[in-house]
Amino acid sequence: MKKNISLPLTQEKVKDLHAGDQVLLSGIIYTGRDAAHKRLVEAVKNDDVPFELKDAVIYYVGPAPSKPGAAIGSCGPTTSYRMDDLTLPLLENGLTGMIGKGQRNQTVINGMKKHGAVYFAAIGGAGALIASSVVSSEVIAYDDLGTEAVRRLQVKDFPCVVVIDSYGVNMYDEERKKYERV
Amino acid sequence: MREVSVNLVTDQVKKMCQEANFKLSRDIKNALVDYSEKEESPIGKGILFDIIKNADIAESNDVPMCQDTGMIVAFVDLGQEVVLKDGLLTDAINEGIRQGYEEGFLRKSVVKDPLERVNTKDNTPGVIHYNLVEGDEIKITIAPKGFGSENMSRMKMLKPSDGIQGVKDFVIETVSLAGPNPCPPIVVGVGIGGTIEKAALIAKESLMRDINSSHPDKHISDLEVELLESINKLGIGPQGLGGITTAIGVNVETYPTHIAGLPVVVNINCHATRHVSCII
Repeated sequence: MKKNISLPLTQEKVKDLHAGDQVLLSGIIYTGRDAAHKRLVEAVKNDDVPFELKDAVIYYVGPAPSKPGAAIGSCGPTTSYRMDDLTLPLLENGLTGMIGKGQRNQTVINGMKKHGAVYFAAIGGAGALIASSVVSSEVIAYDDLGTEAVRRLQVKDFPCVVVIDSYGVNMYDEERKKYERV
Repeated sequence: MREVSVNLVTDQVKKMCQEANFKLSRDIKNALVDYSEKEESPIGKGILFDIIKNADIAESNDVPMCQDTGMIVAFVDLGQEVVLKDGLLTDAINEGIRQGYEEGFLRKSVVKDPLERVNTKDNTPGVIHYNLVEGDEIKITIAPKGFGSENMSRMKMLKPSDGIQGVKDFVIETVSLAGPNPCPPIVVGVGIGGTIEKAALIAKESLMRDINSSHPDKHISDLEVELLESINKLGIGPQGLGGITTAIGVNVETYPTHIAGLPVVVNINCHATRHVSCII
């Protein structure tokens, strides 16, 4: 029932993903949240983004420190809307996947439709469980930001759900209607 | 009079910062199990199972349930017959936070200035509320507050004529607007009355209560029950992906207020609603 997706997330794979699909991601993802996004948007202008944006997936997370011997500490998603105003330049430069939690604004959704990208939700508050799907973690940029630095994560069977697909279908809106009792 | 060294406070705060982050309280865990049986959405059910599994992993491995290990909110009930020695109480609490977060591998999420935003790197300072009480003991409650849910909280100065319906409408509107953002299922704390800051404080305090507890006044405990039912009809569900489990508890606190006012604060917690208390 769950779809296995190997990364990078090419346009072909993006087109095949639909809101409501439960997926297991394997491969490389990059972390970035509030402070890193501010720098990434500047980096796009200056052409010095610290990783290849084309077909990349960014995970909105600031992990807890890892205990000795662990690949990473607890690492669930942070709320995505805070990145909304800083997302379009990344989509324009090839970003195809974002993992977070919560609603996105119309600007982001329009950008996803235009450039071909998918928004996944991971379970907020399940950081200890999610950490078990991270094989390795390495800071690759903005080390001074501490937990907000950009990390390259190698993940295996990272569980998430397609909430908004590249066609603009939004599972948050669709599913809520089904259970609403007014 | 009873002399107490503030060093004891540091030790207890350190332990509580870790325990609150590692261990889901029993009232919450039992509620999640109950709701996982009742939840109608298959995805929602699966999410509730995963949240319970996450709590088990965190507790058995001494790792935080969530990477957002919060900003510490501390409530201190200080007995008037206590004489504190060996330093300042506030410093001792902050030292406990510092040690607890460093030694417990907890995330440091506090910035020194809200506009310049440079991390203090030790998760201090906490937000500390003091209350003078009878007796010769100190009760300390430590509540790490994550901001995914804090950001979805709201306040409104209603008119007295808005009455109970105005309060209900504002709570429901707040939860509805929050949607999937605060990691539902949530716990909702509501403060009604007082002044602007008092309403916020009692809303926060209400979240320290067991989620199965009821307000002693019947009209308020009825309001708690009604709000919970109404919230769970919104359809938001676990993680906002649809379902009947949007909240697992609603606690309301009230305080006398001015003839011209009806302040209301809705403080939202994620499911974890972390808080631990001790008495010294």
